[in-house]
Amino acid sequence: MDIHALQQIVHHTRDARRKQTLPKFSPADRDQLIHKYHPDYRERAYRPLRFGLNEGDKTVVELAALLEGDSPIADEFDLTADYTTDVLVVGGGGAGCAAALHAHAAGAKVILATKLRLGDSNSVMAQGGMQISVASEDSPVTHFVDTLKGGHMQNDHQLLKVMVEEGPSIAKWLLSLGVLFDRDGDGNLHVKKGGGSSKPRLLTCSDYTGLEIMRVLKDEVLNQKIQLLEFCAAIELTSDEKGACTGAIFKDLDNQRYVVVAAKSVILATGGIGRLHIQGFPTSNHYGATGDGLCLAYRMGAKLTQIDTFQYHPSGAVYPEQLIGALVTEGIRSEGGHLVNAKGERFVNELDTRDVVSSSIIRECEEGRGIRTMSGRIGVWLDTPLLDAEHGPGTVEKHFPAMMLQFERFGIDISKDPVLIYPTLHYQNGGVKIDTNSETNVTNLFVAGEASGGLHGRNRLMGNSLLDLMVFGKRSGLTAAVRAAAMPQGKLTVGHLRGFRAEAKKHGSSHGIVSPMILPPYTRKES
Amino acid sequence: MAQEDSNVIDQPEVLRHKMVSVEISGKKFDVPEGITIIKALWYSGQEVVRGAGCLGGFCGACAAYYRTKDDPKVRTCLACQMAVQDGMSITMMPPFPARKATYDIQALTDPKQDLFNLYPEAPLCRNCNACTEACPQKIDVREGVWKAVFGDFKSVSDMFMDCVMCGMCTPVCIADIAPNLVALYVSRAQGAHFTEKPVGLDTRIKEIQDGRFNDEWASILKMTEKELADHCATVK
Repeated sequence: MDIHALQQIVHHTRDARRKQTLPKFSPADRDQLIHKYHPDYRERAYRPLRFGLNEGDKTVVELAALLEGDSPIADEFDLTADYTTDVLVVGGGGAGCAAALHAHAAGAKVILATKLRLGDSNSVMAQGGMQISVASEDSPVTHFVDTLKGGHMQNDHQLLKVMVEEGPSIAKWLLSLGVLFDRDGDGNLHVKKGGGSSKPRLLTCSDYTGLEIMRVLKDEVLNQKIQLLEFCAAIELTSDEKGACTGAIFKDLDNQRYVVVAAKSVILATGGIGRLHIQGFPTSNHYGATGDGLCLAYRMGAKLTQIDTFQYHPSGAVYPEQLIGALVTEGIRSEGGHLVNAKGERFVNELDTRDVVSSSIIRECEEGRGIRTMSGRIGVWLDTPLLDAEHGPGTVEKHFPAMMLQFERFGIDISKDPVLIYPTLHYQNGGVKIDTNSETNVTNLFVAGEASGGLHGRNRLMGNSLLDLMVFGKRSGLTAAVRAAAMPQGKLTVGHLRGFRAEAKKHGSSHGIVSPMILPPYTRKES
Repeated sequence: MAQEDSNVIDQPEVLRHKMVSVEISGKKFDVPEGITIIKALWYSGQEVVRGAGCLGGFCGACAAYYRTKDDPKVRTCLACQMAVQDGMSITMMPPFPARKATYDIQALTDPKQDLFNLYPEAPLCRNCNACTEACPQKIDVREGVWKAVFGDFKSVSDMFMDCVMCGMCTPVCIADIAPNLVALYVSRAQGAHFTEKPVGLDTRIKEIQDGRFNDEWASILKMTEKELADHCATVK
C-alpha cells in the first residue's frame, strides 16, 4: 500500500493517544524484552575471539574477523620517521580535537592525523545534546545514577564519576570558545530531558549540538595551527622493545604512500564500528566508522572490554530510501513524539532507555505490527506532527530545523506527516579498556571517545557521548602532554606483530583478512 | 581497502530496479533511479575518499554541483542528500582554497571592529546574491554577510546555526568573501563575548570544587552491588 495511505491511522488515532500515559516497564519485563529482542542477544551473530588478550570473549563476527586480521605492515618495514612529535592524535572527531587542543595548550607539540578531513566524524551529527548536570535540582551524583541505570549497572564507576564531575567545567570551556548553547530567559543554560534521565540535563544548540561544537573545535584547531595530516589512515602502531607505544604508521589515501610518525604518546580517537553493518543493520554512522583503532590497539596488546554490546538507536529512518539508517533525533521523543504501530497503538514509553525502545520496536515488527514500505523495509511510525498539535504550530520547524530540512529535500514535511523508523546501528558501547586518564594497559597508548570502553556499560545514555569525548579527550591530551615533557622518544619497531602473528598462526587464523578496514567496501566491483 | 566478504547494505542495487542515465564528471553511467549521488559514485565503480564524510548531511564534505535535464541552471547540493534523476549531470566540488583568518578568540578586545581586520573583504559585498543561491542549507547568506558587517552578530549566529561549512558560498563570491568563515568567526565571537555568562553553571562548578557532593559520593561508592542497584531503583 502507498505510504501516505498507511499514514492515515497515525492521524486518526492522535487525539486518543494524547490522553494516554504509558508506564515504563518493570525491571523484570524490561530484561525479558531485551533478552528476547535486542540484537545483542542473538547468539548466532557472535563468536569468541580465538587469540589475543581477549581470547574467549565474544563479539560480533564482523568485528572478530577484523580484530584477528593481519597487519598490512611486514616485519622488515622501514620505520624511518617522516614526522616526530610529542603527542600524536589519531582521529579528527570530537575526542581527537579535544585531545589535540588540550595537549597543545599544555605546551606539547601535537600532530592530528585523520583518514578523512578534520571533523568528519559522528560527533558532527550528534543532534540530541550533551548531558551536563547544571540545573539546580540536578547533581553530578544523579547524573552518575541515571547513567548507571541506563548502562545496566555495568559501567566503570571511576570513569563515570570523572565524567559527570568534569561536565560543568567542560561546558564552561566550550562557552569560552564561543559555542552557542541554548539559553533560558535568565541567561542560564537551557536543559532538556533525555531518554533514561531523571532530570532535565541535555545542553543543546537547537538540533545541531554536535555540528556547533565541532565547527568551533575545528576552527580552534586551525587557529592554534596544530599540524594536520588529513586523508592519512592509521594502519599500524609502533612499539619499543618493552612494548610501549612509540608512534604510528599511516597510509596517505591521496597517494598511497606510507607515513611514519614517531611520538612519545599516541591517542587513538578513532570512533566506532557502524560501517561494519554488524548483523546486517543499516547505520547512522559516518563513512569512516570501521573500528580501525580497535584493531590497532588489539594487535598492540591492549585489552578490550564489553565488545559484545552495541547500541541500536531506536529511530533510524526507513523511508525515504535515500535516508535509510539516518538518525531521526531522540529529541522528537523527548518532546513527546509517540511511537505508533500499524494498528495505531503506542507500545512503549518513548522515554525509556534506547535498548528498551529499540527492542520494543523490533518486537512490534517481528510480531506483525510493523509497517512495510514498497521496497520491503519494515518499521513503525514516529508521530512528529503530534509536536505541533501539542505545543503549537511551528514547533517541529523551530526545534528541529535539521530534521525538517533533511526530509524536505525528499518532499516530506515531518510537521505534517509521521516518519517511518526502525532501529539503526548507532554506537559501540564497549571498546578499548582505559583508566581515568584515558590510558590503556599499553604504556603511552591512550584511547578516547567511542573507541574506548567501560564508561557506558551495556547501553549508553543519550547525550553522554558528547561529554565523554570532551572529558576523556581532555584527560588523554593533558596526561600525554605532561608526560612528553619528561621522557625521550622511544624506538620505533613493529616487534608486537611477531607475537600477534605467531598466535594467529597457532590458532589457524588464515582467513586472509587484513585490517584495519579504513573505508567500507561500497564501491561496486563489476557492472 | 575492500574486503572480500563485502556487505550490501549501502549498495544501491538492492533498492531500485529502474535505471536512469546520469553524467558524473562528464562521463555517462546508468545507475538505479533515486539513489543518492554518493551511492551513484559507488555504483559506477568509483572509490570515494574525498567527497564523503558523515553521510548524514551534517559535515559538508560532499558538496556537489548538479544540473537537471535541459535546464541551464547549475545548482548545488550535498551529494549524500540528493537523489539522482534521469539526465542529471553531476560533479563534486573540489576543495576551494579560501583564506581563513586565524585569531585568538578569547583575546579579542573589540570583536565587531576586529572583523574588518581579520576579513577586510567582508564589507565589499556587491549584493549579487550568488552565495545565498549556492547554499544547500537555504541560509540567506548575503543577508548574513551584511548583518555581520553592520555588527548584528546575534542574528548572524542564529542564521548560520544550520551551516555545515561545505563552502559552496565561497567560489561564487565576486568579492572573494568566504561567507561561511566570516559567519563562523562572528558566531564564535557572539558566543565568547556577547552572550550572558550562565550563573547556574558557575554555581555548580563551585559546588563541585567545594566538595558539596562528597558525602553523597562517599555513600554511593561504598555500596555493594545490591545496595547500589536498590538505590538506583529509587531514583525515578
